[in-house]
Amino acid sequence: MNDLLETGVEEAGISFVLNGRPVRHVVPVRRNLVDFLRHDLGLTAAHVGCEVGVCGACNVRVDGAVVRGCLMLAVQVDGLAVDTIEGMNDSGEIAGLQRAFVACNALQCGYCTPGMLMTACELLRQNACPSRGEIRDAISGNYCRCTGYQSIVDAVALAAQGGQP
Amino acid sequence: MSGPLEQADGRLIGASVPRPDAQRLAAGCGRYLDDLSPHGVQHVVFYRSPFARARIHAIDVTQAAAMPGVSAVLTGADIATVCAPWTTRLALVTTHVSASQTPLAIDEAYWQGEAVVAVVAATRAQAEDALEAIEIDWEEVDPVVDPEAALAPGAPTCHPGIATNLALESHASRGDPGVAFAGAHRVVARRFKFGRQTGVPLEPRGILASFDRRTGELDIQQSHQVPFQMQEIFAAQLDLPLEKVRVACPDVGGAFGIKLHAYADEIAVAAIAVLLGRPVKFQADRLESFVSDVHARDASVDAQLAVDADGRILGLDVDLLFCFGAVSVYPRSSTGEALQAFSLSGAAYQVPAFRGRVRGAFVNKVPTGAYRAVGQPIANAVIEQLMDDAAAAIGMDPVALRRLNHLPSRPDDGSMLLTPGGIPLGPLSLDACLDQVLERMDYPGLRAAQADAAADAAASGVYRGIGLCTFVELTGVGASIYGPNAVRVAGKESVRLSLAPSGRIVCRTSATEQGQGTRTGLTQIVAQALEVPMELVAVAGGDTGRDPHGGGAWASRGIALAGEAALLAAADLRANILAVAAGLTGKEAATLRLAAGAVVDAGNAQLFTLQEIARFAHYDTIPIKLAAIPEMTVERSYTPIGKPYFAANGIQAAHVEVDVGTGMVKVLDMWVVEDCGRVINPLLTDEQIRGGVVQGIGAALFEECIYSESGQMSNASLADYLIPMAGEMPQIHVGHVSTPERETSLGAKGVGEAGTVGAIGAIWCAVNDALRPLAQTVWRQPFTPAHVLDVLHHPEARMAPVALRPFDGDGSAVEN
Repeated sequence: MNDLLETGVEEAGISFVLNGRPVRHVVPVRRNLVDFLRHDLGLTAAHVGCEVGVCGACNVRVDGAVVRGCLMLAVQVDGLAVDTIEGMNDSGEIAGLQRAFVACNALQCGYCTPGMLMTACELLRQNACPSRGEIRDAISGNYCRCTGYQSIVDAVALAAQGGQP
Repeated sequence: MSGPLEQADGRLIGASVPRPDAQRLAAGCGRYLDDLSPHGVQHVVFYRSPFARARIHAIDVTQAAAMPGVSAVLTGADIATVCAPWTTRLALVTTHVSASQTPLAIDEAYWQGEAVVAVVAATRAQAEDALEAIEIDWEEVDPVVDPEAALAPGAPTCHPGIATNLALESHASRGDPGVAFAGAHRVVARRFKFGRQTGVPLEPRGILASFDRRTGELDIQQSHQVPFQMQEIFAAQLDLPLEKVRVACPDVGGAFGIKLHAYADEIAVAAIAVLLGRPVKFQADRLESFVSDVHARDASVDAQLAVDADGRILGLDVDLLFCFGAVSVYPRSSTGEALQAFSLSGAAYQVPAFRGRVRGAFVNKVPTGAYRAVGQPIANAVIEQLMDDAAAAIGMDPVALRRLNHLPSRPDDGSMLLTPGGIPLGPLSLDACLDQVLERMDYPGLRAAQADAAADAAASGVYRGIGLCTFVELTGVGASIYGPNAVRVAGKESVRLSLAPSGRIVCRTSATEQGQGTRTGLTQIVAQALEVPMELVAVAGGDTGRDPHGGGAWASRGIALAGEAALLAAADLRANILAVAAGLTGKEAATLRLAAGAVVDAGNAQLFTLQEIARFAHYDTIPIKLAAIPEMTVERSYTPIGKPYFAANGIQAAHVEVDVGTGMVKVLDMWVVEDCGRVINPLLTDEQIRGGVVQGIGAALFEECIYSESGQMSNASLADYLIPMAGEMPQIHVGHVSTPERETSLGAKGVGEAGTVGAIGAIWCAVNDALRPLAQTVWRQPFTPAHVLDVLHHPEARMAPVALRPFDGDGSAVEN
């Protein structure tokens, strides 16, 4: 929490709904969303991979849409709803996907996995029965350096067959 | 007791068991370096040289030191007060002389990205703010950038600490290559260029260091592959007793060899912790990763192959030039890639005459080091393209040419085969792998379809090609490399097994995990050997303070070596458990065995659960009627004795489409059939191979660290350096042939690098197979659209005729 106050940097108060609960914080206006979640709130599931919005490791959900946590400022979520993998794990929303990821070994180091799950969940909400090609397209904004992607496609397809994201 | 190989088979070894770790990671509960923030931690950022080479006349940090939140600003001279310089040396490669290195540049910087000043502040953002206020009076110096120019007579050196830029030169020959080439039916020759790459683990490097002045203990958390190596280095450079230094690795978000080295900036962080006496953390960002993580590959190769009229290989000649960085990476050096590419040239084939030279040049670029499959993709790509050229030259199918020349499989007790470069190889299964891959890919069907589509291809501009890459891969590397070179890196891996007071089995290992599944494999091995459910076995590693001594993770040795150590330790612990049971019952230990988590007698009656044995052995030893109570903790190590490496082998095949209008190469399918000996977990093994293949496809088609003529890396961000995404990757079909390693009871060879080893070669052959109707070839990797269009449309971009070294007086007198 010591990171919150940076002398000489403009700060702003924000209130938003985090994983279903209302919260209020004071943040430096330059703080990006993923750093705020990770370092100020201790929600470390979203990771930082590229810092330029291409790798998807920092994906979080803001008002129902998956966004890059590294490209959004914390102050921009004022008044909005933010969901992280921690919240989606606890609510059981992604339980089917998680089971499928484990069953298919769709992760190795696990660093990209929260972002990948976030994207996969969004896909299955929009398209309950995607083709393998549609899955590949959907996750093409998420880099995975360990798997060959094939097992991730397998896992998303398996979760879709299970009828639950 | 059955034989050792039967011993290793069973219900868990060989089963596709999901990873227990995966559930935690999928829940977002990974614990990576940047997730650790002890109370009072300070953040370190580095001012890095913006120039490939420049002298530092003055550094003014007064303004930076006064910035909000800043606790210290340190220069190279400040760090040098507690940290000794180091020099990369290999005792057996005496010609390899690298300049001395310091944690931060002093007086002069030798590559763009070298760390010069460290800022320590309460937050990373504050530290970055202070970077802006540092004033350095620079004087740019002309850098040495091109490796051939660097080796030209009279060329200026890239560093004042070396007498010449020649970092490595080695020769080898066998047979009489001059006669072989002079008498050949056909000689094919080609120049190859391999681009510079880097590993891009999604989690960048990071280190958290704490020094307790009360105890003199240095505690390091590091995103790293080899904690024991780092413990040695921190202790040596900071003049601390080895036992006062602890290095632990939390979850590591990918490594691929990149996190194998001792980086100057990470040593600086440990020194800063000692200087300041408080916890400090450095988490690299992606931009600085591109100019501070080691780079790899970066080679040009002139090679020629001589064949007779039947297609039999008569001779192979290779001349490799590698482009290192300004210094040789510590402590293992930058030579591994060059030496491995050299010694594995033509490894899969019978080559009666061979001549080879390998050189390395120091230049003002990022130092090079290990990246997945070190050197092996280069060796394989070269010979495989030459094989295709030779097949075309004599009108033979590339498959037939490979089969004709493959090294034979040998019986288990047969003598070792020698590669042209002199590496001994154990039993191989090249023809069996070839048979399986041809069947899986329907090779005749694909060739027929290619012929049918030939007419359409001219009209549509889309050409299909098929490429094969036979490979031999060195895994399970033991003590033969680093020990004799006086580099303090353990060749062994160790396992310590305990029957804990809880009745569970606790396994600590020196082998580390970066997602490969090593812990899961060890869990399977231990659970099987002790006949307990996997849930009762807890495997952990990556902590010098808790683990038995060993290497860590590199060269696909985790399961091959630590797995064997686990099997040995389990046999000892089982004997001790049965001895306790015998002491409790008066029965002969030889009549007892473990089954389903319990000790049973000859009649299969359950005598004690493991929980009961644990209770007696730890808390209630009086009823055990033995003179001494057997230990419930045993430790075993394993390092190969009979051979320097294990030799895995296999074949990759690629089916590609080249659009000559756009230059785009699309990979339609990839097949891999490989022999890693006994497969412990097919689920994990197959995706490990696929991940390696995708890194190989990335190398073949996308990835390159592009440098300007002034030594600047010009695509140093993940937006500009392309790595493969899901949408452009094919299905990758994996099959296995299993020739268990005869050196061990487990029989496993390594598999972590197999996917990367052959992908460049397979795609290279496939692209040039596609372009054959157009009589053009790609020759520099990656095969980007620009390169494809260049060779098709710009004659000056095509491969120039290769000027090969004459066979007389070439200095190739060193026989192996």
